[in-house]
Amino acid sequence: MINKVVKDADTAIKDIQNGQTIMLGGFGLCGIPENCIQALLRKKVIDLTCISNNAGVDDFGIGLLLQQRQVKKMISSYVGENAEFERQLLSGELEVELIPQGTLATRCMAAGYGMPVIYSPAGVGTEVAIGKETRVFKGKEYLMEYAFDADFAIVKAWKGDTAGNLIYKSTARNFNPVMAMAGKITIAEVEILVPAGELDPDQIHTPGIYVHRIFQGNNYEKRIEQKTVRTK
Amino acid sequence: MLDKNGIAKRIAKEVKDGMYVNLGIGIPTLVANYIPDGINVVLQSENGLLGMGPFPFEGEEDADLINAGKQTITTLAGSSIFDSAMSFGMIRAQKVDLTILGAMEVSENGDIANWKIPGKMVKGMGGAMDLVASAQNIIVAMQHVNKAGESKLLPNCTLPLTGVHCVKKIVTELAVIAVLENGGFQLLERAPGVSVAEIQAATAGKLIIEGDIPEMQL
Repeated sequence: MINKVVKDADTAIKDIQNGQTIMLGGFGLCGIPENCIQALLRKKVIDLTCISNNAGVDDFGIGLLLQQRQVKKMISSYVGENAEFERQLLSGELEVELIPQGTLATRCMAAGYGMPVIYSPAGVGTEVAIGKETRVFKGKEYLMEYAFDADFAIVKAWKGDTAGNLIYKSTARNFNPVMAMAGKITIAEVEILVPAGELDPDQIHTPGIYVHRIFQGNNYEKRIEQKTVRTK
Repeated sequence: MLDKNGIAKRIAKEVKDGMYVNLGIGIPTLVANYIPDGINVVLQSENGLLGMGPFPFEGEEDADLINAGKQTITTLAGSSIFDSAMSFGMIRAQKVDLTILGAMEVSENGDIANWKIPGKMVKGMGGAMDLVASAQNIIVAMQHVNKAGESKLLPNCTLPLTGVHCVKKIVTELAVIAVLENGGFQLLERAPGVSVAEIQAATAGKLIIEGDIPEMQL
């Protein structure tokens, strides 16, 4: 059995270099790798290209990396809810590439499945299509979109084992499984780390082969972006 | 003339038993409140959930369980959870029967613009481009005119497009309109108390009026 366990977030991210491309799992603030984001803030690595569906909020998630000016470029599908992001974008300090959410997810998936491109209908006839090769299949037009090429993928799971197998909880799953498959090096932080053999192989969402480093995180804040409730 | 809830109530009549439905943010979200008893539908949330339930009770919210609008929600009996690639896979493969979303502009050939106003802060398209590129049945829920009083039903969209030739039906505070395959807005129903002339005046694109136009039944 190969042991993938590292001591903590700082150890897990220690070789991320200035200017590298990293994927960060999560949708909004749900299922984000909180511990590794804190470690990146401590390491102060800069000029990062971040592939993540969203850019956090001003004072949480990827928003914290933006505040410290560690991000050169964001590749996302939706980046509202962040005033510092807007300021950096309008002043030209930050580069942004907006791509359709399904295309984003599927370009991650393609990387994990070893496929160089996908054909997506999203964005045909819009500015997203500019400069892209197109093909027509069964009378419908598609854009050729490349698999992502990321130096690191950083994901958050609920449970994991020492072999790197991962199980996600609820909609905190979102982009995490496809990003876990897509990194040249994948780092997983989990709420509960157990010895290999304790997880049912039938219930694994991400097989350990995709995960290079795993650690049990702590002090998860799990901030809620839009608390909505009904009355009894 | 209808209010937002009225628009949602009229759209709810388009939802048929057994459908898988994706509801966008805004008026479309309200449609869930008006689905009649006895009609069983499954709501898809594109972050990775089928079987979206109502908001949780105070104190029972779970940070790990949200919808595409990042609101806390609940699951239902029969719900399932999956990753974002599979979520858009089922959209692209046309397993989702009905998509209801908002728009800033719709053209008479079914183009839609709802993600970007040049010169203003651009937040991104999220899943809207994926949805409109693949859904077979798209209903737009929107106001007939914008805040400046200009028609949102146009010969051609002026804003950057989200998708082309995709909208099938539009429900506004004034009317129900079909977008014809070969172009044109066909007036199907009037909102209570609204005249055909008022609808014509609020529609910049080609409005096709055939015979008597019935009033909506809500």
